[in-house]
Amino acid sequence: MSITTDTDPQADQAESARLRHRKLRGLRDIGTRLMVSTAGYGVVISLTLIFVFLFIEVMPLLRSAQLGEVVTYATPATEQASDSPETLYLAKERYQEAAVRFLDNGQVEFFEPTSGQMLASEVIETGDADIVSFAHGEPRTQMAAIGLNDGTAVMVKHHYEITYPDDVRKVTPNLEYPMGPSPMVLDPEGSALTHIAIQEGERGITVVAVTEDDRMLLKRFVARTSFLTGETEYTPTEAVLPPPPATIKALLLDITQENLLVIDQNEGMHYYDVRNPNRAERLDTAQLVSPEAAQAGIEVTAAEYLLGTVSVMVGRSDGSLSQYMLVRDANNVGRIERIREFDSHPGSITHIFPEFTRKGFVVGDASGHLGIHFATSNKTLLLESVLPGAVARVAVSPRNDGVMYTDTDGQIHYRTLKNAHPQSSFQALWQKVWYEGRDQAEYIWQSSSATDEFEPKFSLMPLTLGTLKAAFYAMLFAMPLAIFGAVYTAYFMHPTIRGWVKPVIEVMEALPTVILGFLAGLWFAPFVENHLPAMFSILLVLPLVMLLTALGWRALPLSIRQRVPEGWEAVLLVPAIIGAIWACVALSPSVEVAFFDGSMRQWFTDVGITYDQRNAMVVGIAMGFAVIPTIFSIAEDAVFNVPKHLSQGSLALGATRWQTMLGVVLLTASPGIFSAVMIGFGRAVGETMIVLMATGNSPVMNFNIFEGMRTLSANIAVEMPEAAVGGTHYRLLFLAALVLFGFTFILNTIAEVVRQRLRTRYSSL
Amino acid sequence: MIRRWFKSGDPWIWLIGGAVSLSVIMVVGLLLLIGVRGLGHFWQPPVVEATVTEASGQEREILGTIRTLETVSAQSVRESGIDVPASLNFVERYLFKLGNRDITGQDFEWFVADNLSEFRYPADAIQLERREWGDFFGYLQAIKENGEVIAEGEAAFEALPPRLARANAIMAEINHLERYEIGQINKNIEQLRLERRRIELSDELTAAEKAQAYADIEQQVAGFNADYEVLFSELNEVRERSMRDALVATTSDGQSVTIPLAHVVRATRANTMGVTDKLMEYGSRFWGFLSEYPREANTEGGILPAIFGTVMMVMIMSIVVTPFGVLAAIYLREYAHQGPVTRMVRISVNNLAGVPSIVFGVFGLGFFVYFFGGNIDQMFYPEALPAPTFGSPGLIWASLTLALLTLPVVIVSTEEGLTRIPKAMREGSLALGATKSETLWRVIVPVATPAMMTGLILAVARAAGEVAPLMLVGVVKLAPNLPVDGEFPFLHLERRIMHLGFHIYDVGFQSPNVEAGRPLVYATAMVLVALILLLNLTAIAIRNRLRERYKSDSD
Repeated sequence: MSITTDTDPQADQAESARLRHRKLRGLRDIGTRLMVSTAGYGVVISLTLIFVFLFIEVMPLLRSAQLGEVVTYATPATEQASDSPETLYLAKERYQEAAVRFLDNGQVEFFEPTSGQMLASEVIETGDADIVSFAHGEPRTQMAAIGLNDGTAVMVKHHYEITYPDDVRKVTPNLEYPMGPSPMVLDPEGSALTHIAIQEGERGITVVAVTEDDRMLLKRFVARTSFLTGETEYTPTEAVLPPPPATIKALLLDITQENLLVIDQNEGMHYYDVRNPNRAERLDTAQLVSPEAAQAGIEVTAAEYLLGTVSVMVGRSDGSLSQYMLVRDANNVGRIERIREFDSHPGSITHIFPEFTRKGFVVGDASGHLGIHFATSNKTLLLESVLPGAVARVAVSPRNDGVMYTDTDGQIHYRTLKNAHPQSSFQALWQKVWYEGRDQAEYIWQSSSATDEFEPKFSLMPLTLGTLKAAFYAMLFAMPLAIFGAVYTAYFMHPTIRGWVKPVIEVMEALPTVILGFLAGLWFAPFVENHLPAMFSILLVLPLVMLLTALGWRALPLSIRQRVPEGWEAVLLVPAIIGAIWACVALSPSVEVAFFDGSMRQWFTDVGITYDQRNAMVVGIAMGFAVIPTIFSIAEDAVFNVPKHLSQGSLALGATRWQTMLGVVLLTASPGIFSAVMIGFGRAVGETMIVLMATGNSPVMNFNIFEGMRTLSANIAVEMPEAAVGGTHYRLLFLAALVLFGFTFILNTIAEVVRQRLRTRYSSL
Repeated sequence: MIRRWFKSGDPWIWLIGGAVSLSVIMVVGLLLLIGVRGLGHFWQPPVVEATVTEASGQEREILGTIRTLETVSAQSVRESGIDVPASLNFVERYLFKLGNRDITGQDFEWFVADNLSEFRYPADAIQLERREWGDFFGYLQAIKENGEVIAEGEAAFEALPPRLARANAIMAEINHLERYEIGQINKNIEQLRLERRRIELSDELTAAEKAQAYADIEQQVAGFNADYEVLFSELNEVRERSMRDALVATTSDGQSVTIPLAHVVRATRANTMGVTDKLMEYGSRFWGFLSEYPREANTEGGILPAIFGTVMMVMIMSIVVTPFGVLAAIYLREYAHQGPVTRMVRISVNNLAGVPSIVFGVFGLGFFVYFFGGNIDQMFYPEALPAPTFGSPGLIWASLTLALLTLPVVIVSTEEGLTRIPKAMREGSLALGATKSETLWRVIVPVATPAMMTGLILAVARAAGEVAPLMLVGVVKLAPNLPVDGEFPFLHLERRIMHLGFHIYDVGFQSPNVEAGRPLVYATAMVLVALILLLNLTAIAIRNRLRERYKSDSD
């Protein structure tokens, strides 16, 4: 017999073990809770992350330009000279390590733009003559010309030698003289060249100059590069152009050296075709200032080509800015068209400087404001007062990361610049835009091209329309089939067959869209093209055949009919439908021969309907195929779950099956069917692979069923891999994704809320 | 009477019933189409010889297999530039696969039936599947060894199979040398280059130490280069050996062609083959399709890397999505307070299933690849920059993106399973003193396992068929290496993969010779559909059994 005491070590041990065990269980419980909660919150976090991340990637598109801290300095030329020579031109080298400044006493200074530290200084030899005019070519050519008061001119290039001693980039600036450093004679009569223009291209160099006595002279140097030595030889030709009605105040020669725009004192802009200088004539004239404004003394104060030298930016003394360009008319003759207006500056425009890689430009005005505008998007990215006095000259760096401007004292101000996405604006994305080289404002999506001067066309309209077009035709095909089918399956079909049909529909839902797309593109599209009449006859014949089968079935003796239970109609219809489709396809060539001269496709072309092999009809059917099961499942669920006592009550009161269905069941289930359609529509909007494979992916702006489309989603799939990370194009594709995400999310939420409310209603009925 | 019939609504019932029939017919028809075309690809058709009468009256012999036969209106044929007698309204036309792309430049051609003579099936016609230039059709004349004819006529047919087997064995050897041994040396040298760069970037080593390390690396590189020389000469020797045998054949227009057996993959003498032979050939081709690497810009050969890539990606995705999805579902159903917030989260999760998959691709590219992968590169692989390691699309990012995409599927399915568990089970467990976690792991999760399995299978099925997001985050037209190999760390998560779905898109739409690749696309589609159907039907079966089990439980 043993006596247990309170201090039994064994019991103690057991007790502590139990405690430990309990503790462990408690810990495990907490651990599980922690783990499970983490996963739960993880889901919420990832959900938000998707949305937030897409948003963050899109945000920079909305940002305007920002200027950094200002650095002010004066270069020796301005400091030393007593008469402070005027700045003719400012420009920067690619890496922002050197800037150049042309002065009207022939001095050319190279300095570090960020600090003003001098790198080099050269003087253009002009002999006894004075500089009276200056012109620069397209900024990327780094070409400039100086007109002198004795009828001669000097061509000069500011050039930057880039070397890598010790793996460090070193920029050595210098001047180059393509035609030699000594002035060349433009006007044999020796009168001063009051205005000059220059352009260099692959085919040579063209200089246009205006003399004091209003003669307009053109000199062209046709380049010929020797294959053997690689040296370029220039053959000069000269011509005198017919002058405009008034004294010239600006010359603008484009980079093709074919089109010359001349602005005169009457504020008229004249267009000369100088392809053949000896036969050059004035083809068009546009008034840059309206008559009323001209009476108020408003005049043109600055005019400059944008990148690519297609459009001209004109600035006036009232601070207004307009874009003009040459548009080819029906006879292929250029006409000067006013394209758009920009936000006005508070002071008279003093200087306009184009960006090097985009269609943007920097503007300085007499009230000390600096403006940065973008042509395509018609956006003002910056309009800031930077000086108390006037801004004399402005310049932007080739990579758009810094601006320089001079004041009237010749001091230079440098500021860093952030201006990454000027191309996107509400107008550029959603409204008609008049692009360069087009004859009217249009919606165009064209994101990339081979040349640098290309103006990207970022209109989301064709893509949005394409998305809706694809979804529309898909719904047109899917909605009747899915909803009718769902109603029948849920309400009329025999349970045994329903047990077979439902898995088939699930299989349909599971089929990868890449399979549907490939079949649509490679098999169905050519099939449709070859059997066009069948497509239309099936649409007409199928319902007829179904009704006839029903009628035929009714005519059968009762003994046969009774063998098949109610709810087998769908099965009985299968052979009839297959037969009808087969007959339509088989008869299709005969129909073509009988009614369409042997080929319906050709007939379409003849009557003026564009027909693409991969068109909206093919996409509609293929995508409809993908959408049917989505709509079907949800709608079937809604109809099937209508409380039975409702329909039974209706039947008991003498309504037929069909009346009960229409009046009771369908009415009750209609919110469910609505949400099914919503979800199906959401799926059709976002579907990618089918559209990618079953259309030509050309962004068109119409609802023609026989043409293709390009959708937002397919566009992402096609262009995303090629878009430069962080660029405007890349972010616009993110915007497209965000639009898709937001749109489907809202659509699905509505559908889901409707469904949940329906469920509560069913349970309360 | 008819009016009364219409009034009763019966015709409308038939009409909407027709919608179901049509849908089912479309599904079944589509599956049949893929099945027939996909499986038919491996069957050896007879090689047909015929005489074509050209519009000019000239006659020409053709030899090849018939791809399709169709009846079209004469007008559409005329539009495509073929002359058809004006009296005809319809024509039958055959699409012949003529092969010999290297000789004629065109391996498929349409012929109007009226211009063709009676079909002949010559016994000496052979069809060669070549490593380059597609198939060859011709008449076997002789077998050459080192340029000497050793067998002619019937003897040539007998000499062909063993010599072809030998050539194929040697080609396998060459492939091994190139792919593995020389590939290994190249990889080692690349590793050394990265090692050198790592040392260069290191701040801790002194200049002397660095110089020492460089010298070491130089020495190792030299060693590998020497190895390479040895292997290269060995490779040349084997190559020479492979070129020993050749066959001589004439084409349908009488040209005599010598083809080294090393360039031939398969040779069939179609017109003398019996059903058994054809079945054997069928099996061999089918197996070859599943187990070989692609050739000729993916339009020929097998799809092994695509199958492998798809399976790998889906497996990694499952490893991520299963615990995450299941735990999240448990949280939503068992732990979270069932208030409006939980309801909102549940709706959002549901909605996530409806968000277009391309959006996930865009997110995956921006977040996983560029943001996440880019940072990993900066931290762990600075020596390889600017070439990205994880900062470019790859297996891991594809898997993670798809995990996110299929997350709702797993959550919804698991939640459904959890909802179906009778409350009594939970309460019974808790009443016996079990903690919540014990109830969860010992009672609820085991019962809900089939639901989770269903969710996982559906997720896998969805992931296997998804292509659009993968185009952005990880698949590639042709991956030189599988993501798993014998090299440390064996599983290369950063590599790009090939994928069945993308393979279909690529071969069907991006390849230079769509017509040649078409049967392969059907075959690939068949494999993908079979895989997905299998997974889905399994899921459906599990779910149905599950429903019945709970039905009996609650009774």
